[in-house]
Amino acid sequence: MSASRQAVRQGLRRGWTEFVQSLRSAQDQGFYLFIGVVTLAVLWFNRDNEVGETGLLYPTFALPSILGGLVTFGLVIGPGYSLAMEREDGTLLRHKALPHGMEGYVTGQLTLQSLTLLPSLLVVLVPSLLLFDGVMPGGAGSWLAVLGLIVLGMLATMPWGMVLGSVVPGVQKMGTWGMLPVLLITAISGIFVPIQAMWGWVQAVAQVFPVYWIGLGLRSAFLPPEAVVGELGDSWRTGPMLLVLGAWAVAGLLVAPRVLRRMARRQSGSTVEAARETALQWVR
Amino acid sequence: MAAVPTFPDSAEPLQPGPPGPRPAVRVRGLRMAYGTHEVLSGVDFDVRQGEVVCLLGPNGAGKTTTIEVLEGFRLPSAGTVEVLGADPARGDDAWRARIGVVLQSWRDHPRWTPRRLLSYLGGYYTPWSTPDRTRPWDVEDLLATVGLTEEADRKIATLSGGRRRRLDVAVGLIGRPELLFLDEPTAGFDPQARRDFHDLVHRLSDLEGTSILLTTHDLGEAERLADRILILTDGRIVADGSAAALTRQVAGSSEVRWVRDGEQFVHATDEIVPFVRRLLEQHGDELTDLEVRRADLEDTYIAMVQRFESRPQRHLAEVAR
Repeated sequence: MSASRQAVRQGLRRGWTEFVQSLRSAQDQGFYLFIGVVTLAVLWFNRDNEVGETGLLYPTFALPSILGGLVTFGLVIGPGYSLAMEREDGTLLRHKALPHGMEGYVTGQLTLQSLTLLPSLLVVLVPSLLLFDGVMPGGAGSWLAVLGLIVLGMLATMPWGMVLGSVVPGVQKMGTWGMLPVLLITAISGIFVPIQAMWGWVQAVAQVFPVYWIGLGLRSAFLPPEAVVGELGDSWRTGPMLLVLGAWAVAGLLVAPRVLRRMARRQSGSTVEAARETALQWVR
Repeated sequence: MAAVPTFPDSAEPLQPGPPGPRPAVRVRGLRMAYGTHEVLSGVDFDVRQGEVVCLLGPNGAGKTTTIEVLEGFRLPSAGTVEVLGADPARGDDAWRARIGVVLQSWRDHPRWTPRRLLSYLGGYYTPWSTPDRTRPWDVEDLLATVGLTEEADRKIATLSGGRRRRLDVAVGLIGRPELLFLDEPTAGFDPQARRDFHDLVHRLSDLEGTSILLTTHDLGEAERLADRILILTDGRIVADGSAAALTRQVAGSSEVRWVRDGEQFVHATDEIVPFVRRLLEQHGDELTDLEVRRADLEDTYIAMVQRFESRPQRHLAEVAR
């Protein structure tokens, strides 16, 4: 299996190379800057607002939730776009023509997307720690919990990003297939506004998806224990949170390889050529 | 090589292979249908080891489909296909490592440089290196071979179309393949790049012993490169032979033009010398101009394609659909 291991090594190398290239690209720097500025602006203009009866200031409540939202958004939309794009431009086909190429490709994609999460979280987190007081009252233990929750959140969401990128008919359809549903789910999942502001049935829908639970988990790690009164049922619901995220992770890890294999089987020069024709013809 | 052209009307029965090494590619009765539309209706051919074979045919004849079946990227509807001794549909990674595919890239890896991309892709082949075939191909050497040394550290997004195609060829070669597939490799090449590419193909076939199957629209290219030419029309191989043998095969392969009393005449014939002798005996000084043109591969190709495309049953089928 040394050839397979070599392919995984190549994938790690690929992910790292693409990550460094992304950091150096003005286009991607602009994207990180945009996320940072918009989020910080929202927090800054609400810096003196209190949230519900918790007595917490808005930035304190919203920062962990927004980080959770960024994890989900980045790891579903990121791989989705990447994969849809690279199916069309021939990157995937190149790997299909290599020995153990798909293993390398998927490793590369997972590496890149995980690494990319870092700057998009840091541009929000670091300025927030400097600008707002009391956003992270806990110590090293809390940070460790944050790290663990982010890893669990990655496992729960990234496979579904890969699935999305495999089933979406083309990059042009990512808006309706990817962005719209993810933004809708994020909007009802208590990221910017506490979930209690929603109707009951909307709250139920939101709790099916991982976004709410990642946000809840991160709030439990960031916020002081007394803030629990701001949550549904006055509880952090750590057990159900781990269970729901774990279930999404297991399901994703079972489904994604199958969907990826099926998608890869269908790749050929003609499909790339057809995608090119489609891209050149936006209006039809 | 003086292969005799053949015009198979039906799929040949499987014959015991010729003595010597196994062919690199062996295709028998290959069929491909999408719903009721049949793209390939019984294709048979071989590519021997170290041979350069050119697949010619009009658009939509099934060239790309054939190549994609051989690459293992597409499952055929029927027929037996053997590529380097294995069924491409079940080819494992060891098999994959021996095959090179030149793909038409479009805009992939825009932020990479040719050197970085080749060195990355080459990494997949290190476990498959053997004493008599070290893999991958040395990146510097390969860059020089395809003429990309100067652009080696430029972003791929900034390369011109022709340079990008050179990179595509280099990517197909990085694993030092024993068998190389090229689907219209020189589309978008300028004349100089085209000539460089032809030299490269000759070198690969002579020095590396690489077997090569390529498709093209360019008849001159086929004539210059191929040991053997296959003409694919209407989903089947209608001609198989060297350029010279194919040209000889088409009746009326030469054209005689002359002018008598200010009037132009044209006559197609195989028997140039007797015809011209008779012409001179008959008209003598009345002839004011005489031109003999031997048919070239283009005439042969057009004649073949027309002959097989205008078969009446095909027209009926077209109308019925």
